[in-house]
Amino acid sequence: MSRPSRKTCCNEHTRAELARRGLAEAGKGLPAIETGMPLPAGTGLSRRSFMARAGALAATVYGARLLDPGAYGEGIARAAGANSRVLVSIFFDGGIDALSVLAPVNDPKYQSLRSSLRIDPGQGSPWTEDPRLHWHPVAEPLNELHQEGKVTVFPAIGYSSPDQSHFTSRHYWEVGALDPGTRTGWLGRLLDGVGSNDNPIQGLALDGSLAPSLATAKVPVAAMWGPSYDLWTPGVWGDVEALMFDSYRRLGAKHERSGDAGLRVAGRVARQTSQLRKQMAPFSDQISPPVPYPDDGHFPESLAGLAAMLGAGLPIRCAALSAPGGYDTHDNQEGEFRRGLKETCDSVLAFQRDLEARGLDDRVVTLLWSEFGRRPEENGSAGTDHGAGGCAFLVGSKARGKMVGEWTGLGKLDADDNLRNSSDFRAVYCSLLEQWFGRDAAAVIPGAAGFGRPALIA
Amino acid sequence: MALPVYHGKFGPKQAERLLWRAGFGPRPGEGRKLARKGLKRAVYSLTRPKGKAKLIGRSPRVDGGLPLAPGDAWGHDHLWWLDRMVRGNQPFIERMTLVWHDWFATGGVGQTGLNLNQNRLFRKQGLGSFRDLLIRVTKDPAMLVWLSGNENTLRAPNENYARELMELFTLGAGAGYTERDVREQARSLTGWTNDWDDNIGMTNFRFEAELHDADKKRVFGEWGRFDWRDSCDLCLRHPAHDDYLVRRLWSYFIPTKPPKKTLRQLKRLYRKKRYRVGPLLEAILMHPALYQGPRMVKPPIVQIAGMLRARKRGIDDDSWVWIADNAGQRLFDPPNVAGWDEERWLDTASVAGRWSASGRLVDADRVDEESYPEDETAREALQKALRYWAHPTISERTEKELLRFARNVEGVAVSEWQQGRYRALRQNALRALIAASPDFQTS
Repeated sequence: MSRPSRKTCCNEHTRAELARRGLAEAGKGLPAIETGMPLPAGTGLSRRSFMARAGALAATVYGARLLDPGAYGEGIARAAGANSRVLVSIFFDGGIDALSVLAPVNDPKYQSLRSSLRIDPGQGSPWTEDPRLHWHPVAEPLNELHQEGKVTVFPAIGYSSPDQSHFTSRHYWEVGALDPGTRTGWLGRLLDGVGSNDNPIQGLALDGSLAPSLATAKVPVAAMWGPSYDLWTPGVWGDVEALMFDSYRRLGAKHERSGDAGLRVAGRVARQTSQLRKQMAPFSDQISPPVPYPDDGHFPESLAGLAAMLGAGLPIRCAALSAPGGYDTHDNQEGEFRRGLKETCDSVLAFQRDLEARGLDDRVVTLLWSEFGRRPEENGSAGTDHGAGGCAFLVGSKARGKMVGEWTGLGKLDADDNLRNSSDFRAVYCSLLEQWFGRDAAAVIPGAAGFGRPALIA
Repeated sequence: MALPVYHGKFGPKQAERLLWRAGFGPRPGEGRKLARKGLKRAVYSLTRPKGKAKLIGRSPRVDGGLPLAPGDAWGHDHLWWLDRMVRGNQPFIERMTLVWHDWFATGGVGQTGLNLNQNRLFRKQGLGSFRDLLIRVTKDPAMLVWLSGNENTLRAPNENYARELMELFTLGAGAGYTERDVREQARSLTGWTNDWDDNIGMTNFRFEAELHDADKKRVFGEWGRFDWRDSCDLCLRHPAHDDYLVRRLWSYFIPTKPPKKTLRQLKRLYRKKRYRVGPLLEAILMHPALYQGPRMVKPPIVQIAGMLRARKRGIDDDSWVWIADNAGQRLFDPPNVAGWDEERWLDTASVAGRWSASGRLVDADRVDEESYPEDETAREALQKALRYWAHPTISERTEKELLRFARNVEGVAVSEWQQGRYRALRQNALRALIAASPDFQTS
């Protein structure tokens, strides 16, 4: 398994093209204006700018007149009530090499195990909580936030009897249990407890497919590609468009009760799609963040959009994204690793500054994680094979900023020559559920009573 | 005991399901034609196609009339294959090529020709022996690059292929092999390499004895001087293999689990036929569970190819690359080596991609708003929209709702200028709604 993220820049480009084309062509069919004739949505004539109360967000509203009269009021009403806490999950896909994020640069064993991949002692800032370890130079933004007390570091996280399969280990992390059979995600189970039946964006995946951690049993959740959402309906506008989407929702709702499992699934998703479309109608691609983000890329754009949506009061509770880049670095690790980690860290820093500028930083924490770390001994292709103990980070103004567990060192590796772990991801989930969301962890994490509760929130 | 065979009615509705599950949906009239053959001959017509594979209809033209350049131009690999799905006269062969692409999920290796060669291997080998297929895939250049087989040497073993060989290709996670087995299999698989040529890139893929670890290894408790062929055979002989293969193969065609007895029979058949998958596939396609069980979500690329087939439309621009990507299935670009998640095709994001796909066709065939008949009834409108998609089966529930919509449009068309125009919009909307309906998203 080794590949960069699924979508390409070309896709993002053509997607914008689609939006432009959809708009242009919706207008093409327009005849001369006759009295009483409605304007098609998105032709520019019915578009206006909307300044959210948060102040900094300029979201463009399409066809506001065509929303049903209550929709806006509803949104604003929600905005007033939507000050619940938010968790953002960022996944390093493939098993990030913890030993390259925080490297024991002076350890002779590290230098011999990593003869080609090692970071020189002169490079990267020492991590203040354990100066044996130096941050990778591109992880400097994490160091900056850590020094402000806004990053809790888990230098050796994992679980006992680690599984070195991407899919099994990732599954464990996503569902919050060492159980291959669990079908709901840990955040999904949280949402099943606190969420509502008419709010798909309470659990929002921004990479174009549903993050397994958000999989619910009851309440709807949503996936979008980046921060905007619409359905393309050429040749349909005005009253007919509104009726069509009403009918689409009804088709979904009717089949959702079908005795046929296939129709049931398709029905459920159709209804959720209708709801999401309605919720996202006021948002377009045009977001002006109050702070600079790294230049265009899906990841920074998604984070900027997420901050804007939170700023506008959209009722999001959990959001999930994959970090840019691929981390299953079996060969020629350094280039891919460096590119991906740099974009991730730069974007996470910008996101934090954005939240601070909007006054939202007390409401949001971000967890960066991966399915496992990699083997301490590099493999001869200037890469690393699958390992065990890895690293994770909790970022946010409310993060306590004190490391959890300790770095376990290269002196005492496990039976497979991998790093041991000193904290368990399920304990972290329990703490987040209780200390951040104020929920009983036992309702979400199997065997919650058996895990410690590291202090994560200040 | 013979395997159970479906004995119920095999009419156009059943034939339509078979064409979607084992192919890319019917061209206009094809369901009815297939139904006349009866179940057995219908299945054989798919699994044992006669004559040469042909592509029917206009070959693709993009970028203002140019033919495809699958090995060179961005996205043309995807278009090249989608075109075969749309125009091919041997849809099951093509569908099995897609199954193997998902099974041995290989993404772009930076040299499209290698990926296209792998695709040809799947097409050629798709209904034959799984052993032959596995052996060829193991030394296939695209796979050697994708899972670091060409970097796996005596001095620097690389576990990438060894692990996925067991976890994803032959045995399944948790099948009882150990981390030691992974490492020992990696050693068995050492020895493949290639050259680099500034003009052609990676070339001359080959096995070199000096790069191979010829020492003894211990795999699944067995000692031997195993090489890459042994490595494959050890997996095929492993007691978990036939169970993994049969269940997974079944799951591509039938959404419910195989009945216990059927599973046993299929496993026995697979062993008896010495790893040939053709007989298994025929048994699955004739099984009652395919016709009597619940509907199954169509994979995005099957849905897209099927809509093009229903419209008898060829590839005429490259929008089908990103549309398929947004719908969740860009060919030659699976999400990872485990392939696509067949149980989660539908979410709000991929559904938006599916709307773009039907929108792309509805847009191309938009009815004329200026001169649309002002007296078209709701029922006529629905019939016309169903004809547009070559009369797919829809449930009574859906038909009722679509008629309700069609009548409601007449209710809001109050001014005179709206009579024809709203009926035109209604036609476009009905086409989109049929395509988006839970009925048409499943088969």
